[in-house]
Amino acid sequence: MVKDQEFLETKASYCLGLAKKLGATDSSVIVKNSISETVNFRNKKLDESNRSDDLGLSITTYIGKKKSSISSSNLLNDNLNILIEKCIETTKNTPEDEFNCLPDRDLLAKEVKDLNLYDETHIENNKKIDYLKKLEAAASKDKKIVNTESSFTQNKSNFVLANSEGFCDGYKTSSFTASSVTVAKDEKSMERDYEYSSKCFLKDLDDADELGNLAANQTIRKLSPKKIGSEKIAIIFDKRIAKGVLSIFASAISSSAISRGTSFLKDKVNQKIFSDKINVFDKPDMLKGLGSRNFDSEGVKTDTLKLVDQGILKHYLIDTYNGKKLNLKSNGRCGGTSNLYFENGNISFKDLLNSNSKSLYITETIGHGSNIVTGDYSVGATGFLIENGEFKYPINEITIAGNFKDMFQNITLANDLEFKYATNSPTMLIEGMVVAGK
Amino acid sequence: MSNFFEKSDVSRKEAESIISDTLQKCDDGELYLENSKSESILLDDNKIKNSSYNSDLGFGFRAISDEVVAYSHSNEISKNSLKQSSENLKSTLKSVKGTYNHEIPKSNKKYYDNINPIEQKSLNEKIKILNDVNDYLRSKGNKVKQVTANFLGEQKSVEIIRSGGETLSDVRPLVRFNVSVMVEKDGRKETGVYGVGGRQSYDSYLKDENWKSVCDEALRIASVNLESKPAPAGEMKVVLGPGWPAILIHEAVGHGLEGDFNRKKTSAFHNLMGQKVASEGVTIIDDGTIDNRRGSLTIDDEGTPTEKTVLIENGILKNFMQDRLNARLMKTRSTGSGRRENYRHIVLPRMRNTMMLSGKQTQEEMIKAVDKGIFAVSFGGGQVDITSGKFVFNCTEAYEIVNGKIGSPIKGATLIGDGPSILKEVSMVGNDMMMDPGIGTCGKAGQGVPVGVAQPSILINKMTVGGTKL
Repeated sequence: MVKDQEFLETKASYCLGLAKKLGATDSSVIVKNSISETVNFRNKKLDESNRSDDLGLSITTYIGKKKSSISSSNLLNDNLNILIEKCIETTKNTPEDEFNCLPDRDLLAKEVKDLNLYDETHIENNKKIDYLKKLEAAASKDKKIVNTESSFTQNKSNFVLANSEGFCDGYKTSSFTASSVTVAKDEKSMERDYEYSSKCFLKDLDDADELGNLAANQTIRKLSPKKIGSEKIAIIFDKRIAKGVLSIFASAISSSAISRGTSFLKDKVNQKIFSDKINVFDKPDMLKGLGSRNFDSEGVKTDTLKLVDQGILKHYLIDTYNGKKLNLKSNGRCGGTSNLYFENGNISFKDLLNSNSKSLYITETIGHGSNIVTGDYSVGATGFLIENGEFKYPINEITIAGNFKDMFQNITLANDLEFKYATNSPTMLIEGMVVAGK
Repeated sequence: MSNFFEKSDVSRKEAESIISDTLQKCDDGELYLENSKSESILLDDNKIKNSSYNSDLGFGFRAISDEVVAYSHSNEISKNSLKQSSENLKSTLKSVKGTYNHEIPKSNKKYYDNINPIEQKSLNEKIKILNDVNDYLRSKGNKVKQVTANFLGEQKSVEIIRSGGETLSDVRPLVRFNVSVMVEKDGRKETGVYGVGGRQSYDSYLKDENWKSVCDEALRIASVNLESKPAPAGEMKVVLGPGWPAILIHEAVGHGLEGDFNRKKTSAFHNLMGQKVASEGVTIIDDGTIDNRRGSLTIDDEGTPTEKTVLIENGILKNFMQDRLNARLMKTRSTGSGRRENYRHIVLPRMRNTMMLSGKQTQEEMIKAVDKGIFAVSFGGGQVDITSGKFVFNCTEAYEIVNGKIGSPIKGATLIGDGPSILKEVSMVGNDMMMDPGIGTCGKAGQGVPVGVAQPSILINKMTVGGTKL
């Protein structure tokens, strides 16, 4: 069982009390326990079971405008005494920073809503095994599938965040995740693909058959890929890749990148950065949302933000420290976004495929080719050639490149948004990118 | 060395008996104990932004029967917790009939000293260097707009207790010093990053103000990029500089030669043992035994002494990198490549210091041999799809080559290639092998481990460059 609120609160208040006694003018602490149980299958047989029980604590102490922090997985009071003493010593020796402080008291979350983030259900390993058997049977039906690896994880977590301003709150969350990775082979090639489902509640998890079938089909259709020539072409990002564009956008509007001047979106608030019809929301209070939260990692309340309105950037993602630096109030985004998504566009997936006589449909990208300082983007990609709305043949060993400043202005979205991850996008078309191939 | 049982309600003897009892009929397994202390001190935007310290303690208990691995970890070293883990393992491996393999090679060699780098330099000294770095770079002219510098230090003590009570231990220091600088000219911004590190004290890398050379290199890269023009798109010849560009080797062939992917036949290399996979003259080794290198280990995380493993010899595939599990199932021996990020993770076969050895040509000859292509000097990260064999890496400093001469710098672009065929496209191997500066971290299955790479300059006949200029 994951540790209860009382245990976590006792540890938290012990730390705050000790920090104060040793000379901290302010302090904050987070105590977290997380228990995961995973079963892995490979080629229809049990491959691995894994149980992890992680208990950890992290404390930040302030002496005036000086700050330092420690973290530890050893929560015995003996050890905490040594560490907090060390933390206070380090704080004293760390230079002042005028922007160091706890969040403003009036911004702290006052009510904690039940967002339906915790499922009491415990799924025993033999039930996980049943699910995986069914999944792998579906995934390996086709003879072209030569290897299957599947996994089922149950995670239960609990945490308490407390600070010397009197904030003390936390709540339990759960997640149930199933995934399947399959390898398919023909004379010419070997390819890998996957499917995945993650939910707060066990009963919402995708059906095992469906997941296995999807993984297998997505892999088989990649067999015998071709390499195409270099050209300027319309790119369509599958939903699982399109969400990555949104993640880059989020890092580029984080207050730390903005205050350091290392973002291509600095000073762009109230300017048009996306095409006209684009709206972006960050909505923390979605019931059962994979990114839902009641407050951010400093305890600041989080409201829904319409980050982009008709293509115009409206907000940065602001935490206390960088907010002070930018002379802006925290909007509860310390630790990043919650449930971030592009609002649906107004054409169907089918119409999106048809909007150019020739386009590339991208299902996977590899590499770390996003530069948020310059906006330059260049990654390896795998996908399909689309002609007249039809999937023609698989493509690999190509790269796609552009600059986000231009790419954002050339986005068209389909109307097929789903909430499968914490960050979600409908299928996305971007005109004018460059493909490098042969 | 840490005494893991000193403050626990379980004695070493009791722990040993729980281990032996749990692993009785298993083929392999162990209790892995770990105590790590780490620090991070960060200067950013003219200020010391962060000084933090982490102390982590825990165990991972593993039992293996045939192909099945049962694992349980916790950060509470207590009788209760060990027993609960033991029950977890037993419930997964219900009807085991194996014979425990007690064999584990021994060695007295050590590749780094038992030191705690965090305590070898005071906080004030570290803060002073970071402030000096900031002042030094900002004195280089007003184009310098942002400076970030940090110290990362760690001491990790590990102990491996096997069935029967055999115990192996290691204390591993690791440090890293990084500088990142952003410059701006005519509204254009570019960054340059450089760092040094390894398994020694900070002062081994920073004495006599040689932190200045780290700053100079970061600033040089940033300044070069200010002048860069769009990179070309398409297939062309590529000359790679020596040292860090060897992450090409790491991504293109290294991962594909790890034992697990080959046992599972999911690597593009699984059926190529003994065959020609690279041009003549290409020899690649993975070496855990180089003194004080970031990827070196005295013993791996299963207790096996590390070694120098020949992967490809003169173009022929010779060995995969193995941990104990994959070695047993593939009927070979562990190469001391069993590693894990920490006690929270299972062991996987991983790289250590992956190196392509020197050949005979010079870099100059390579450049001369290229009509149209690029010269790549420094890289960011890379990634590989081991099944299709396709890999990428991102240039952070590169130049065009026109008619045998180095031309203008080009913008960061991704290069993509095919692992099993790329080494056959190597047409020249340089005589200038160099190790990387000690900054690499390799990610696999969500676990990051420190690694090193090395290579001489090489000429590759054909790779796809992912620029925007058609």
